[in-house]
Amino acid sequence: MTWRSPLALLRDAVLSQKAREKELRSLVSNLPFEGLGKSKQPNRFFKPNAIKTNKYTPLFFIPMNLYEQFHRLANVYFVGLAILNFIPVVNAFQPEVALIPICVIMFLTALKDGWEDFRRYQSDKKLNNMPCLIYSRTAKHYIERRWKDVRVGDFVKVVCNETVPADLLLLHTSDPNNVCHIETSNLDGETNLKQRNALPGLCTSNDVFEPESFNCTVVCEKPNNNLNHFKCFVEKPDKEKTGAGIESLLLRGCTVRNTEHAIGFVVYAGHETKSMLNNNGPRYKRSKLERRLNVDVFFCVLLLFIMCLIGSLGHYLWLKNLSDVPSFLVSDSKGHLDSPSLSSFYMFFTMIILLQILIPISLYVSVELVKIGQIFFILTDVDLYDEETDSQVQCRSLNITEDLGQIEYIFSDKTGTLTENKMVFRRCSIMGKDYPHKENGKDLSHFIHTFKNAVTQFQKVILYYRNIALCRKPTPKHNVSTSMLDSGDGVLGVVVIAFLHHQETQVIPDEKLLQQISRSERSSSGISDPYMDFFLALAICNSVVVSMATTQRQRVSLPKYFSVLVKRTGSFWKVFDSPKQNGSSTSAHKRSDDANGVQPRALDTVTLSARPAAASGDVCYEAESPDEAALVYAAKTYGFTLLARTPNSVTVRVPSGEELVFEVLDTLAFDSNRKRMSVLVRHPITGEYVLYTKGADYAIMELLGTPGQQKKIAADTQYHLDCYAKDGLRTLCITKKIVSSREYQSWLADRKRALAAIDGREELMMASAVQLETELTLLGATGIEDRLQESVPDTITALREAGIKVWVLTGDKPETALNIGYACRLMEEGDLVINMTSVVFQVTCVSILDCTLEEVRRYHEDPRNVDTTQKISLMIDGDTLAIALSPDLQDRFLDLAKRCRSVLCCRVTPLQKSRVVKLVRDKLKVMTLAVGDGANDVNMIQVADVGIGISGQEGMQAVMASDFAITRFKHLKKLLLVHGHWCHTRLANMIIYFFYKNAAYVNLLFWYQFYCGFSGTAMIDYWLMIFFNLFFTSTPPIMFGIMDKDVSAEMLMGVPELYRTGQGSGEYNFRTFWISMLDAFYQSLVCFFVPYLAYQGSDVDIFTFGTPLNTSSLFIILLHLGIEIKSWTVVHWIIMLGSVALYFIVTLAYSAICVTCNPPSNPYWILQNQMADPMFYLICIISTVVALLPRYTFYVLKNSIAPSPLIQAKHLDRMEPSVRDMWMKEWRSLRGGTEVKESRLSTPPSPTLETSVDFYPGFGDAASFVGEDMSLNVIGD
Amino acid sequence: MTTMKEEGNYANRPSNTAFTQQRLPAWQPMLSAGVVIPGFLLIGLAFIGIGVGLLITSRSIQVLELDYTGTETSSPCYQCTMSNQSNCVCKLSFSIGTLFKGPVFFYYGLTNYFQNQRKYGVSKDFNQLIGDVSYFKSPSSDCQPYQRVNGKPIVPCGAIANSMFNDTFKLYQIINGKEELVPFDGKGIAWWTDYNIKYRNPDYTPLKNAFNDTEKPVFWTKPAYELDTSDASNNGFINQDFLVWMRRAALPNFRKLYRRITEGNYKDGLPAGNYSLEISYNYPVISFEGTKKVTFSNVSWMGGQNEFLGIAYLVIGSMCVVMSVVMLIVYAKFRFPEED
Repeated sequence: MTWRSPLALLRDAVLSQKAREKELRSLVSNLPFEGLGKSKQPNRFFKPNAIKTNKYTPLFFIPMNLYEQFHRLANVYFVGLAILNFIPVVNAFQPEVALIPICVIMFLTALKDGWEDFRRYQSDKKLNNMPCLIYSRTAKHYIERRWKDVRVGDFVKVVCNETVPADLLLLHTSDPNNVCHIETSNLDGETNLKQRNALPGLCTSNDVFEPESFNCTVVCEKPNNNLNHFKCFVEKPDKEKTGAGIESLLLRGCTVRNTEHAIGFVVYAGHETKSMLNNNGPRYKRSKLERRLNVDVFFCVLLLFIMCLIGSLGHYLWLKNLSDVPSFLVSDSKGHLDSPSLSSFYMFFTMIILLQILIPISLYVSVELVKIGQIFFILTDVDLYDEETDSQVQCRSLNITEDLGQIEYIFSDKTGTLTENKMVFRRCSIMGKDYPHKENGKDLSHFIHTFKNAVTQFQKVILYYRNIALCRKPTPKHNVSTSMLDSGDGVLGVVVIAFLHHQETQVIPDEKLLQQISRSERSSSGISDPYMDFFLALAICNSVVVSMATTQRQRVSLPKYFSVLVKRTGSFWKVFDSPKQNGSSTSAHKRSDDANGVQPRALDTVTLSARPAAASGDVCYEAESPDEAALVYAAKTYGFTLLARTPNSVTVRVPSGEELVFEVLDTLAFDSNRKRMSVLVRHPITGEYVLYTKGADYAIMELLGTPGQQKKIAADTQYHLDCYAKDGLRTLCITKKIVSSREYQSWLADRKRALAAIDGREELMMASAVQLETELTLLGATGIEDRLQESVPDTITALREAGIKVWVLTGDKPETALNIGYACRLMEEGDLVINMTSVVFQVTCVSILDCTLEEVRRYHEDPRNVDTTQKISLMIDGDTLAIALSPDLQDRFLDLAKRCRSVLCCRVTPLQKSRVVKLVRDKLKVMTLAVGDGANDVNMIQVADVGIGISGQEGMQAVMASDFAITRFKHLKKLLLVHGHWCHTRLANMIIYFFYKNAAYVNLLFWYQFYCGFSGTAMIDYWLMIFFNLFFTSTPPIMFGIMDKDVSAEMLMGVPELYRTGQGSGEYNFRTFWISMLDAFYQSLVCFFVPYLAYQGSDVDIFTFGTPLNTSSLFIILLHLGIEIKSWTVVHWIIMLGSVALYFIVTLAYSAICVTCNPPSNPYWILQNQMADPMFYLICIISTVVALLPRYTFYVLKNSIAPSPLIQAKHLDRMEPSVRDMWMKEWRSLRGGTEVKESRLSTPPSPTLETSVDFYPGFGDAASFVGEDMSLNVIGD
Repeated sequence: MTTMKEEGNYANRPSNTAFTQQRLPAWQPMLSAGVVIPGFLLIGLAFIGIGVGLLITSRSIQVLELDYTGTETSSPCYQCTMSNQSNCVCKLSFSIGTLFKGPVFFYYGLTNYFQNQRKYGVSKDFNQLIGDVSYFKSPSSDCQPYQRVNGKPIVPCGAIANSMFNDTFKLYQIINGKEELVPFDGKGIAWWTDYNIKYRNPDYTPLKNAFNDTEKPVFWTKPAYELDTSDASNNGFINQDFLVWMRRAALPNFRKLYRRITEGNYKDGLPAGNYSLEISYNYPVISFEGTKKVTFSNVSWMGGQNEFLGIAYLVIGSMCVVMSVVMLIVYAKFRFPEED
């Protein structure tokens, strides 16, 4: 290392800062500079690849951690007070002792921080020392180095199954097509393989890439955290520019799969990589309760101030009244006495020190501990565990558990949240002809029939197991099986569904359509026939990656559940085996692959992906969206099998057995603005340029060319599309366009320009796409079913009964959305549905809003409707919503919406979703929860007070943005109704109790001031005071906050109405806070004045007087909690009794040891003396009883005379289960507002949507969306 | 083999125990009228019982209080309140109608005297008081302004010691016009732990030597080693009066034990008759509007006379009984169905 002047270092620092700030970066290869000094390196200004996420270094840990901790105002406050205590004129205790509590608290926090930081350091170290291959010019090949040695400008070789060390611009891969597959599960949890393409036109020879010959300049944008976006171009020495995007970037943290090796150029390293920029640590949200808590802390400060003022004033008056200097008044060292006003000024500060714990020092730490405990219980809940994916609920935000108990509005996505998001091809319409695929439905009913026979057999088995279970003592291990057996019929239902589910991925072809295809195949040469084109489009126009069965990862393991059951029941297997041997055997086959194929993607399979699969039977598709996979599977059913996909070609086997290789000229990827995607291919036979486009019907229909016959087809198809939508199917239009060679060439030029552009590239790309997607020829449409998730209607009903309004925001068509709305019981057939779709003009919107609002108000004012709950639903689409959300209309819109029981927004964009949530959250001041599963829900999830991600089929983006992640929508019920309620009541009561506890204790000192000349004397030994707060009374409230249970989970689930107690301000509000503060004052008065009056005029000394105060205060405080605790488990008893025992043991020991310590208090032998005196016990007993009597009596009377729903529920809880159920039913029908409709509840959880039209009559045409009893004409034109 | 595999398959399944599923068996007390009636009744009756017992005990205690501040001109100690008086002695006469049952405790009492002042309480040096001679030379700074006088350290230093109560009393029974001294017992009036553990004289004989180059507290007339020259075990820091004073009173109106009357003819108490109390009046209290008094009292298991506790127990006990009746009414009117 050569010596460099500080000036040069400084200059370098400035330069590197500048280089990093620049919008564009020019990078060149490091190789020509290898071995030169650091100052010669061209890329020296950019961050190296070593990462450091730990905040502290061992040397500076203490000062830095202290600095961190002093960001908390509470810590500053307490340290300030401790320092104040060092000033002799104002001190209240020995200065050193006053430091103890804050030191303990800060030490614990530092310990926690240090431990966390050490773990970060260790993981950094591990990462930094991972091996990787970097090209070296001197060695002439790739040599193994560490991750931390990677620099921007290096060439890195990543071999199969290795993790990418930095963001690499892909230059070369071992694949003949120069593609590389990566798995991004480390980044976003998505496990499907993604294809990345090497930068074209760099390699001279196809098989060897020579880094030394790389003499281009890579110009890329400034690092950003967008994982799906990257802009750069490579400039060759001859000034030729090649653009590259995210499709050529290997992100740090991804794993290379299916590719022997890949070589990339490091563009971003270390902290500048996209994954690191995305890694911004745990989210910090502040819960509503905590905001309220801070207000109350402020009230406490105010109270403290007033008390200190009283103390200071009292001291002043006391001094004033002394006419002479008595012998107990102590002057300073020079025999000088301060004037009354000055010493009362000092006294103010002394009082603050003395009464400081009125601001609860340990409250924040305790709240954190309680939340950790609550999260532990949420995580361990077996009911929130999903066997199918083997995943628990995830808590990503650690500090908003109690918000779950206060939700008033739920905003839910539809696809994947309410529905399974497991797409099944159901129907299609080709050239205006509908192919309903009736056989699919038939097969299901047939299957259910066969199953019913099996049921009886299965039940016998259950009975047998139940008997066994009853004979044994239920041990925890047996609980699983017995509980499963208890719900035996439920299990059976699940099995049926699971099994059917497996069936459904296979489409049973429509007879007519099959005939049609074979006919057209025979007649035409199979080239320009629309039927052929339709299926070719399905097979080609997508981004599905073909993987071999041997390499496929079987993540979703439905049959697993099934096989477990089978193992249990033995003979049951046969029932399954006979009807559908196929399905079960393939699944078994897959399972075995999973079990022994530890490394399924071995090197020999690498090349397989590139060439067409040998046997068609074992192709598997990995799609980013399940719709696409469904379409590809559908095409396969009709003989159009997608065999391979490379960046430049698609291989499809047509029914004739011929394998056609289409050259892919370009792919216009899907985006939410265009709502369509296109693939431009060259037909292998005709040589025509063909553009296949598929997309949302409204996005396609307006792009159609209109030659004669097309119009009829379009009209017919539109009719079919509407029908599909009403059946709740997701619809897509498939079109084709033949592009002339001239047109293509001119378009290609534009396209290339757009690709190479750095600024406004998206716009240009989109413009070029739009340019091509015109004059399309409609081929047909598809309808894909997305079935409702299990127990969605039940969950929504329960949530609604819990007083939560459920809004569904979806991108689907109004008809589809409405159908789902009915199917999931968001709306009921008797409901009044206000339809506000396709309103184009603001004026219309205003009038509709006003008119409807007027009607709704009138409806509510009508005395006949007072008792009935509102049954109005609002349906609005994206366009209308855009108008309704405008600043001058939003108030009216909200006014209307909040009167509606449910709101359905369809065709909304992700941004609109978040705007709606934000509007409701801010304007109505309510707690909102957003739940969604896809990337389009991320905005909404982030905006809502509580964001819930559903980890389903659509990747992990929603989960990454969420506070809690669940696997099924139905888990929301238990999460909110049970855990939410519990967390909220527990924490609310715990916090109230905490304030009470400190106030009650501190006030004892305050009352004493009236009898000691307001001089700041404490009659309790200061150590004991510290212990009192830190040890004797700290664990019970924490345990209370974690484990108390006011009502059982069964009751909370059974009577969702109980959830309402937490809504709004909940159980912790202005009233409850001040009532408990008043109680604290009362109890402290009792606790002080009973001993005072008992010892009045006697020869009692200070600390002997303080001992019964301290002891009875301990009993009062603990028994007060005892009144609050709703259910006492073993843990409660141990902790409560333990606290009392600890008090006596510690105090007795301390009193026995401390002979001269801790002046001026001399606790020596005082408690021992007191405990030998019957008066001590008599005083303690009566103070405790008198202090707690009012609260106890009040509770008893309130619970008897006007019991809250919670108390009633608790009463029900103690009944016999059968009686209880009867009562619960009665209660729900009485109070819940929604009638429990037996017939509906007994329908299977996922009603087949095809039949739903008959189920919910009266929404066939738009006009009847409005209830018949009201003459509302609010339909937009 | 199958179990192993199944567990592997459900690796993330939370353990299904009563604790993790929050199903621990629990006692759920129901705070409702019906349940609490017996409790209220029981507590009520018990409290009434205790209250009656306390009241009877308290009533049986005899107390005689005599104020001798001397603020009124009629008071025999009036002339002693003049500031120029020193070694003033005044005599207080009183009579006892019936036998004052023994053992009789003799207290002196002060009112409006704030021994619980914070700065006053700090002002002493524990190390001196456990007989550590090194602290004789350099008393703790807590003792200021009674740390040094004329450059010499004060032993015992500090405001508490300095302000030690220094009135002395002699009680005479007047029998046939003749004064007969009632013997006082000054032993064991302080806490045993104070006398034996917390306060120690330095190990010097004579004790005086330990106090070389020290000063007595400013207000004191004689040094610590002369507090009781007649009895070495009651001298210096372990002087009983000193110990009693050093244990600071909790409240501004307090009394402190001065002597017990347990000996000779007065073993069974003070017989009826006339008495005269000779007070050596030294301690100034007029300046802060305090009063001084002496108290004769006999004690029971509950200490001195105090009616408060007895009354409190009675009141609360009756309240509980009344509440139990109220609860019975409430229960009859608003009971839950399952309580039948």
